Amino acid sequence: MSILDWVRRSAELIAAEAERLSRLDAAIGDGDHGHNLDRGFAAAVEALPEHGTPGRALVVAGRTIVSTTGGVSGPLYGMAVRRAGKELGDAGVVDAVRLGAALRGALETVQELGEAQEGEKTMVDALAPAVAAYEQALAAGGDLAECTRAAADAAERGAQATVPMQARKGRASYLGKRSIGHLDPGAVSTALLIRALADLASEHA
Amino acid sequence: MVTGRTWDAPARRGREPHMRKLINAPADVVTDALRGLAAAHPSLRVDLEGRTVVRADAPRPGKVALISGGGSGHEPMQVGFVGHGMLDAAAPGEVFTSPVPDQILAATLAASGGAGVLHVVANYTGDVLNFRVAAELAEEEGVEVAAVRVDDDVAVTDGRRTAGRRGTGGILFVEKIAGAAAEEGARLERVADVAREVNERTRSFGVALSSCTVPVVGEPTFRLGENEIELGIGVHGEPGRERVAKIPAAGIVDAALTAIDADVPLRGAEVALLVNGMGGTPLMEQYIACGEAAEWLARHGATVARCLVGPFVTSLEMAGCMITVCRLTPELTRLWDAPVETPALRWGR
Repeated sequence: MSILDWVRRSAELIAAEAERLSRLDAAIGDGDHGHNLDRGFAAAVEALPEHGTPGRALVVAGRTIVSTTGGVSGPLYGMAVRRAGKELGDAGVVDAVRLGAALRGALETVQELGEAQEGEKTMVDALAPAVAAYEQALAAGGDLAECTRAAADAAERGAQATVPMQARKGRASYLGKRSIGHLDPGAVSTALLIRALADLASEHA
Repeated sequence: MVTGRTWDAPARRGREPHMRKLINAPADVVTDALRGLAAAHPSLRVDLEGRTVVRADAPRPGKVALISGGGSGHEPMQVGFVGHGMLDAAAPGEVFTSPVPDQILAATLAASGGAGVLHVVANYTGDVLNFRVAAELAEEEGVEVAAVRVDDDVAVTDGRRTAGRRGTGGILFVEKIAGAAAEEGARLERVADVAREVNERTRSFGVALSSCTVPVVGEPTFRLGENEIELGIGVHGEPGRERVAKIPAAGIVDAALTAIDADVPLRGAEVALLVNGMGGTPLMEQYIACGEAAEWLARHGATVARCLVGPFVTSLEMAGCMITVCRLTPELTRLWDAPVETPALRWGR
């Protein structure tokens, strides 16, 4: 599986869902989530280096997302992707173990920078269960396709589970109880990015 | 961007009644204002492309650099606080929108004089995050960064359930006093400690008499009835504590100082008082509020040792005022009195 393809596939998925993501954001935030991410990931695709390791490609993509996305999600996603790239290191090939470390690193970065825990109606509510499911599948001997599928399914369930939550972080938190009853747009976009990973892994399995 | 907010979503109406603004185009307001800032103040280096404002004499070798930033629309904060004795650089974002990490990183690198950099960050999710990312990137380039968060607004009562108290008028005190410490040659750790101490000793409470209109949105952020005012506003038109019927200046000041006093008792304190216009209230009315505040504090056993009146931390054309009180110590008073020379504050030089 090519990491460069993951960046490209993610950009396509985000572009296709940009309207919906921004609409979700308009309900509890400032209504620009999808369009911001679309801009950031499109720029990341443009910036992908032609040569070098997958890790290096992710570091470049992440740094580009930080620079071009804006909002709160831009720096979070950008730094997470960058961290994932650093976790991959100099490896020429991304295997299931290395990808697991990259995902774990991405989660750590998001939680450190965003100071968010599970249950606070953020992207962590999709990413944390995804990483846990991935690691569980890996421990059970799963291959790349199985691990990423488990992660994508868990991320989607996690995103769905944000509906009854009250936001505790970010602009939505000032709404208090009025944030209940809405999907968290960050959790939804996180689930999209992990689904892109699973789709590619199964195509190459 | 504040489109589509769900509290008090404004009805879609024509732009004309609310857009009597002295601007060229809504999308250009930040760049155009920075151009004017550069024209007015040769003591500043303004990068329109990279969106940074840096002291012309930066970097100052051996001096801790103070960097701040945040959304535009609060002028003179932050760009007007750049200069001798206060900030070394500022990163202005779009209106009411956090600056991006690249801007903050550029400001940090431009101002770094090798003695470390202090980021003064207002406690908003976007600002905190973007500054933290910039700090991580700056550290990778070999610049030591410490960060201090300002969260002086007592109107947000439940910090556990929200992103916490907001940074408002207290930012001015933190930057002036910590900036003086840095100018004297204090080391990074000490400058950060001073900034934290000022933040802990400072509280604010704001009152809105009207809303404001973000240029690219074109409509008021919220609407107040003919006879309503909003107590406990933030500086972006976020919801306040409560909406009440119009009351005289004495009542408004009493509500603000009562809220502050309930949070940190002011009796016996020697304070610096900031009566801050929100952008649309005349200076005459700010002085009325200041007179009420001085009498209120005297009645409640506090001494006003230093006082500042004027629009320093604004919300575009919002009418209203914010009262900020900093409980001084002899050392903080000394640093407050130290020379400062910025577009917004200048004395002692």
